[in-house]
Amino acid sequence: MSVMKDLSRGIIRDNAVFRLVLGLCPTLAVTGTAENGLGMGLSATAVLVCSNLVVAALRNVIPNKIRIPCFIVIIATFVTMVDMLLNAFLPALHAQLGIFVPLIVVNCVILGRAEAFASRNPVLNSAADGIGIGLGFTLALTTLGAVRELLSKGTIFHANILGSGYQPFQVFGFPPGAFIALGLMLALFNMLSRKFRLE
Amino acid sequence: MGNIIVIIFGAIFINNFVLSRFLGLCPYFGVSKKVETSIGMGMAVTFVMTMASLVTWLLEWFVLVPNNLQYLRTIVFILVIAALVQFVEIVMRKVAPALYEALGIFLPLITTNCAVLGVAILNIQIGYNLFEALVFAVAAAAGFTLALVILAGIRERLELAFISRHFRGVALSLIIAGILSIAFMGFQGMM
Repeated sequence: MSVMKDLSRGIIRDNAVFRLVLGLCPTLAVTGTAENGLGMGLSATAVLVCSNLVVAALRNVIPNKIRIPCFIVIIATFVTMVDMLLNAFLPALHAQLGIFVPLIVVNCVILGRAEAFASRNPVLNSAADGIGIGLGFTLALTTLGAVRELLSKGTIFHANILGSGYQPFQVFGFPPGAFIALGLMLALFNMLSRKFRLE
Repeated sequence: MGNIIVIIFGAIFINNFVLSRFLGLCPYFGVSKKVETSIGMGMAVTFVMTMASLVTWLLEWFVLVPNNLQYLRTIVFILVIAALVQFVEIVMRKVAPALYEALGIFLPLITTNCAVLGVAILNIQIGYNLFEALVFAVAAAAGFTLALVILAGIRERLELAFISRHFRGVALSLIIAGILSIAFMGFQGMM
């Protein structure tokens, strides 16, 4: 039962981006389109699940004093693997995400989950937590990407939504639009979570 | 020489690390409540970024490339940065305890500041030589500090303003950063 709880908690209630405001760099940088947001979210989820698994399995072996460097090495290993796999099988996406693929290693969501959850919980729960938080992160990135793509190009996942007469809101494709779109979405999420009493 | 000037202006204004490259956002929104703290944070980041660039550049070209070990880059770089941050932390606790207290949790978090790892990786990807890499690191850190101090100044004034409760905190800071980013986009016409 608690495994299901660990899984579902991260998706909305403890959403990494909207509720905890972590992992902002990739959130803003790669969400020009919904596709890139989804790709980044899934890559980060893969790393998060694997690193949570390994950290939880080794939690009684890793000495407390040097646990952070140990976590970082574990995370960096999986990031390198994801980097190589993306480069081999999805080169177009790899080029789009650019420097933010190796930078998954410093995504505070992943190190945060290793420290706060996986280092003191059993393997199964940690994996569930990784999947939940990862899905929440993916959801946030894809939503933000979809909103920005819709406003800046009138499309979502390259499918034309607003018709050819749409006058694009170009700024949402550029860096300022990322900040403003996320700011407005955070305010909306704050409002909704007050209304439905999530806290 | 012209090349160096282009690197400096590019890193501070045109491709500002925070406002246009989206690197180092966690400390950007985390320690921008007071101008004083933000200057301290900027100095700490400048020091770590410059040292990290120096060490990682040397490691890349004298250890990783000759041995064909480039695939270990991410792991090696992040370990070097973690060690450096630990070192800065120890020195700062001894030399400037007040600043150490003020920076609090964000000092160890420089390790996970993507601006530091970002500058190290960009140095290699763009193919700068050692001098260019160091100039780039200092300029990028200066750009980070500039953006941080501007946001801190604005947020200090907002303390007294009435803000809709849904926008309080990070939501409003993000929108302010967006407006700053529009202002910085104006520099793109310079080159």
